[in-house]
Amino acid sequence: MKHTISVLLQNKPGVLSRVTGLFSGRGFNIESLSVAEVLEPGVSCLTLVTSGDDGIVEQITKQLHKLIDVIKVTDITETDNVEREMVLIRVKAEATTRAEVLRIADIFRARVVDVSPRSYALEITGTRAKIKAVCELLKPIGIQEMVRTGIIAMTRASKKL
Amino acid sequence: MKMTGTQAFMQCLEEENVQTIFGFPGGAVIDLYDTIFQQDKIHHVLVRHEQAAVHAADAYARVSGQVGVALVTSGPGATNAVTGIATAYLDSIPIVVFSGQVPTALIGNDAFQEVDIVGITRPCTKHNYLVKDIKDLVPTIREAFHVARTGRPGPVLIDLPKDVMAAIIDFPAKTPVKMRTYRPTYAPHPGQIEKACKAILAGKRPVLYIGGGVILGNAHEQLTEFAYKLGIPVTMTLMGLGGFPGTDSLSLGMLGMHGTYFANMAVAKSDVLIAVGARFDDRVTGRVDAFAPDATIIHIDIDPTSISKNVEVDIPIVAGCKEAMEQMNKWLDASSFDLETEKAKLGPWHDQIKEWKTKYPLGYVEETDVIKPQFVIQKLHELTQGEAIITTEVGQHQMWAAQFYHFNHPRTLITSGGLGTMGYGLPAAIGAQMAAPGRTVIDVAGDGSLQMNIQELATAMQERLPVKIALLNNNYLGMVRQWQELFYDKRYSATPMEIQPDFVKVAEAYGAVGLRATKPSEVEPVIKEALATNTLVLMDFVISREEGVFPMVPAGKATTDMLLV
Repeated sequence: MKHTISVLLQNKPGVLSRVTGLFSGRGFNIESLSVAEVLEPGVSCLTLVTSGDDGIVEQITKQLHKLIDVIKVTDITETDNVEREMVLIRVKAEATTRAEVLRIADIFRARVVDVSPRSYALEITGTRAKIKAVCELLKPIGIQEMVRTGIIAMTRASKKL
Repeated sequence: MKMTGTQAFMQCLEEENVQTIFGFPGGAVIDLYDTIFQQDKIHHVLVRHEQAAVHAADAYARVSGQVGVALVTSGPGATNAVTGIATAYLDSIPIVVFSGQVPTALIGNDAFQEVDIVGITRPCTKHNYLVKDIKDLVPTIREAFHVARTGRPGPVLIDLPKDVMAAIIDFPAKTPVKMRTYRPTYAPHPGQIEKACKAILAGKRPVLYIGGGVILGNAHEQLTEFAYKLGIPVTMTLMGLGGFPGTDSLSLGMLGMHGTYFANMAVAKSDVLIAVGARFDDRVTGRVDAFAPDATIIHIDIDPTSISKNVEVDIPIVAGCKEAMEQMNKWLDASSFDLETEKAKLGPWHDQIKEWKTKYPLGYVEETDVIKPQFVIQKLHELTQGEAIITTEVGQHQMWAAQFYHFNHPRTLITSGGLGTMGYGLPAAIGAQMAAPGRTVIDVAGDGSLQMNIQELATAMQERLPVKIALLNNNYLGMVRQWQELFYDKRYSATPMEIQPDFVKVAEAYGAVGLRATKPSEVEPVIKEALATNTLVLMDFVISREEGVFPMVPAGKATTDMLLV
């Protein structure tokens, strides 16, 4: 099963290598990874998506926590969370398909960020499911290039007062 | 006070109460060595290979309980140290290794003797640092010692660029190390302690399975008290030997691949297994699903990642072994259970264990014309009254030492358990002897392993260390040969050592004493002479060539599937 793990870490030289080295050294799998400095200076948030059974995911969170530079590890899969990924897609847009591409973009609230006589580049933000859906619709038209940020996620705040 | 980085370095070592460091000089650390030369508070031991410096520092730590320190130069000096660092990492030994580095301006330039040692050692250190600014030097060293010795101990490496060490700083006043992201848990959860004690009292066939954590955590007294309170039999991993008296009637000896028949049977049939500071290594468990299949498993460990890693645990306790055992003893004392009655309930279990012990005791076939290695270990035990510090290399001799020396005290078996590093024993004997100058230190060696760091005879001689080497010489890489005999139809691929030096002459060439025994009757006189000699003595015991280590659980088999001959 896929798990989204959020890791708060001290932004020191080599810290990303400690995390990725842990995954490669112990044979854990990384499906996506995204990292950037957040609110507090010197602290980064790393969101990674991995898969494995409960035992493996338990080991992953424990091993991450064991790294000296890691402040906090949360497996946010089971919690109520907001999850987003941004994708840039360059899709073929010939005379016959230009309108269709724009229609699809409109339906998924994608933005056109680059235009050329034979293609559009779209920016789409959403959950894994939404991105998958867009890709499937655009594939028959012709996807020329795609770049993804990897998933970032945040747990929802409590709705109770 | 204003001083250079190298002077600040020395001051930090003094602050940490370091008395001995092991090292080897080079271009990147020449300034440091210049400062070492001009002081007399810290003794520097010059090794003959950087691997040995780290092994010696590691053994120093194992014997003394203090953090061991090694110093190496950049590039090849640092890469030579890696095996030593990995050895300490796998056995959770607190050491700090300082490596020289090229000046910061040259880092990344493929400069002479430059290597990214922080990158190389990332997966085999508990933590490591590159000091790029002189103002970080002192706080980094303080933090490194703190990280190395606390929690689950381990090696820490600090990479020191040459220009940083030559810069000038005002030595900062000592403040307690505070780390936001690193706070190991020592105190056990009281609810888990109660659960564990109740599960143990409900059991009819309990076994204590103890590992290196008991020794590293100084928990042997509390553990022994606990075992005695309820009369629970104790089995030890290789790293746990000495954590409970090996000659005690409750001792089952070592378990696992070369463990005793009765230890493996007791664990397999147990209904409560109490793992203390052990990590369910594959050499201990054999086939995991057949390991203690009927037992409620309690696991005490300071490292949460050890818990439920290989075997699913029923009652986890994340805590220091000492703190946890203390609380369990207290809980039992305060409880309404009558401990004598509880102890008596284990009668049938003890009868069963006695039956196993009688059926297949630890032993070997004695012979009159050829020296049996087990006999040598027994004689060493007898003639040192079991009070020596034994270091070992890795292989058959290591297992015979583990089986037949019956360690009664913690910190007396100094061996590379996790990594299984050949060439560990001689440098370890040097480190051990430096930490315990008055004690008898014996390196139980094999002829293959000894040659991996035999150059350290010079180090021992230079330091005038009366280390003893008991070489069990069979002219084979014996452990691999044993596997080839048993599982590869005796195809002895690359295990016969066709050319060997005359080890007696080798010892003599270094100015040490060499003695040889070829008959069983010569064993005792040779050991006696060696023990009475106040210098390094190499005892070359020519042993029965194809002796095997038994019992043996073939790799991947259940621990009850033992080869017993």
